[in-house]
Amino acid sequence: MWLLEHAYLIPLIPAASFLLILFVGKRMPYKGAEIGIAALGICFVMALGTNWQWRTYVNDAEHAAEVKAGEDHADEGSAGSGPESEHSEEGLADGEAASAVVVASATAPTATELEFEVEPVRASWTWWQSGDVQFNVGMLLDGPAVMMLFVVTLISLLVHVYSTDYVGGDRRYTHYFAFLSLFSASMLGLIMSENTLQLLMCWELVGLCSFALIGHWWEEKPNSDAALKAFITNRVGDVGLICGVIILFFAAGGTFDIVTINEMAVNGDIDHLVLLVASCSLMAAVMSKSGQFVLHTWLPDAMAGPTPVSALIHAATMVVAGIYMVARLYGVFFEGFSIGTSSINPLAVIGAITVIGGAGLAFVQNDIKKVLAYSTVSQLGYMAMALGVGAWTAALFHLFTHAMFKAGLFLGSGSVAHSVHSFDMKEHMGGMRKFMPKTFVTFMICTAALIGLFPLAGFWSKDEILAGADQLGGSGGYTAFMVVGLIGAFMTAAYMTRCIYLTFFGEPHGHAADKEHPPHESGPRIVIPLYILSGLAIVAGFANLPKTGFLLEKLPSGSTLRFEHYFEPKGAYFPAVLDTFSHPQFNGYIALGSTFIGLAGIGLAYAWYWKGMGPQGLTSRSRLARAGHTALVEKYYLDKLYTDIIVGGVKGPIARAVYWFNQKGIDGVINGAGATAVKSGKFVYERIDQGVVDTIVNASGSAAGGSGQSLRKMQTGRVQQYAALLFAGAAILAGIFMIVI
Amino acid sequence: MDDLLLNQFLLLGAVLFCLGVYGVLARRNAVLVLMSIELILNAVSINLIAFGAFWGTISGAVFALFVIAIAAAEVGVGLAIVLLIYRNRRSVDLDDMAEMKG
Repeated sequence: MWLLEHAYLIPLIPAASFLLILFVGKRMPYKGAEIGIAALGICFVMALGTNWQWRTYVNDAEHAAEVKAGEDHADEGSAGSGPESEHSEEGLADGEAASAVVVASATAPTATELEFEVEPVRASWTWWQSGDVQFNVGMLLDGPAVMMLFVVTLISLLVHVYSTDYVGGDRRYTHYFAFLSLFSASMLGLIMSENTLQLLMCWELVGLCSFALIGHWWEEKPNSDAALKAFITNRVGDVGLICGVIILFFAAGGTFDIVTINEMAVNGDIDHLVLLVASCSLMAAVMSKSGQFVLHTWLPDAMAGPTPVSALIHAATMVVAGIYMVARLYGVFFEGFSIGTSSINPLAVIGAITVIGGAGLAFVQNDIKKVLAYSTVSQLGYMAMALGVGAWTAALFHLFTHAMFKAGLFLGSGSVAHSVHSFDMKEHMGGMRKFMPKTFVTFMICTAALIGLFPLAGFWSKDEILAGADQLGGSGGYTAFMVVGLIGAFMTAAYMTRCIYLTFFGEPHGHAADKEHPPHESGPRIVIPLYILSGLAIVAGFANLPKTGFLLEKLPSGSTLRFEHYFEPKGAYFPAVLDTFSHPQFNGYIALGSTFIGLAGIGLAYAWYWKGMGPQGLTSRSRLARAGHTALVEKYYLDKLYTDIIVGGVKGPIARAVYWFNQKGIDGVINGAGATAVKSGKFVYERIDQGVVDTIVNASGSAAGGSGQSLRKMQTGRVQQYAALLFAGAAILAGIFMIVI
Repeated sequence: MDDLLLNQFLLLGAVLFCLGVYGVLARRNAVLVLMSIELILNAVSINLIAFGAFWGTISGAVFALFVIAIAAAEVGVGLAIVLLIYRNRRSVDLDDMAEMKG
């Protein structure tokens, strides 16, 4: 278990690599890229090892719990105590049936699986101490942290390899890799954060790195603007995070410790109103960092950065930080928003709005990366919605699968853009499938995974979210959110089909049609990461195969719900211990329905774009349709609201009002004060200054001069004379001393 | 050690001290002034040893050792300064050195 206990080394490796690249990178043969790749390679291997040891750790805990349960049953001394001792992983169902027969008391496990606790692996050091309050820094390694370690190191490693080709020859090549390392380090630090203060610190570091990387090509004004926008929009949410952290600190009795805060929240030791306020504050941070409506506007602009950075931001590091933070402090949110008992709450509502809003915007984008960016916004909405309805595992599982196929999509779009030197699908792409067959295949696989076609990754995770929305919640449940999710699935299928049509089918335009320099397939350093990611996009969904529904019941229990089994925290600090928390069951009809809806979306988009069916040119005929289209192109006027109304409101009328007040009010006072000051100054100068003060100053000056003249005679410059005076003084003092004593 | 013997040592120290002070104040040769400073320091050392012996502790002798060491260092620096002065002015007469005159 060495790796598990020393997993805090994983963030330290890229942090060291950041410094190393910064100082010696330029002198290395590959300009520092090899340091970054080596560091992330080591991290990835360590993360794999940590995952393996975590698996053993959970199995051990489960085994210990089984043995204990067996003993308990034996102690009760009921008849037929034989079968229980045969409790084993494979025979869970049998054992359960037996226990139900034998012990029909309240202590019998009523859940489908044996309940057991898994202590998180922890390590912490005192960062500094102020009075009684200790500020720690350390690691808290439990299921979600271990899972994220794998995701972040994998995506980051692939992005590193991809970048060596994609930004090869760039003028700030070395700095680019340095910041990639720091980005990975801060995200890994955030994942392991043991307390909210460390989380806040890493959160800010992530924001800083995204700023640096989005503005990588800052010579062009739009790029540096986009970087600033990302940074400043995130600041808005960060204020919420700081407020939330402070509220939780005081609510939990002066501790930043995440486990303690969660435990107190779950136990009901913190007042519900306090938790509600804290959750709302923290939600502002989620909205900005994870691109939820209405603070999502920075995310599409962040496409100004190099494409591998976009992949990193959208799949592994930046935007999932908000989702992860909610997952981490789920006790607070679960209690604060009463997720288990209500049928509507702010988190789910914001998530639902984001699902639809983001998907709608993806329809009108001509920039392939912006389509994917809005798609990310929409998918993050799914995750927030899943957390909002109480489907914790579904949210994290979707995060996991989404990381694979979205990174694949971004890197694929980068591969296309690398060859046609543009991101514009309408101007410079089209028919790319002939030129770039490998990129085309991987892009198609990842798209199918995103749409949620059986049996790819997105199918399993999206349906788990939909099942959660269908089954969870208190009176009435969250069924409305399931409908939103289905509409989102339809829109996702349609806009991705449009994107694929414009990029890979149809006639080539612009650079893609250039006969002298026809587009060509990218090199192995770009294609191999694509293969790996599309391969994962196929298989990642099998990590959490449902246990019930259709033929799935035939699967051995050791192969289903593995994700939930290993990565969901089991302990008093996670709301799973509450009665109101439950796990949704797979629902075959929802799965069929969502697949059908996805296919319908594809079919409709196919008919529209390939066959030219439907009311084409509607926007030029119908005013309503045109208004809708314009609203989408203008991104629901949110940017206008921010720049023209809020910022403009401050700059324009308020500035004019301040100017008026300045001229009339303050200037009058200042002028009056000035005139008075001049008059009184004249009086003071003539009477007091010239008369009184000057005399005193002159007199003291001449007195000093005279005494100096008389004293300078003593300064003969002869050291011996000084010594004689010294001795005389000492003798006199000694004499006085003698007389006095 | 009784009071009488202590008084004799103190007297010796006082005489040496006065000789030293006279030398520092009256001599015009810088080397002799340095030697007189050594006399003053030795007078102090005698006092320290005498008192140390009188109270029966070793600390007086230890202090005296430190004084000797520091005196050696001080005379090293002093002689170096005198040597430089001599090289510059071909004289070590202290009366000629009145640059500090105000």
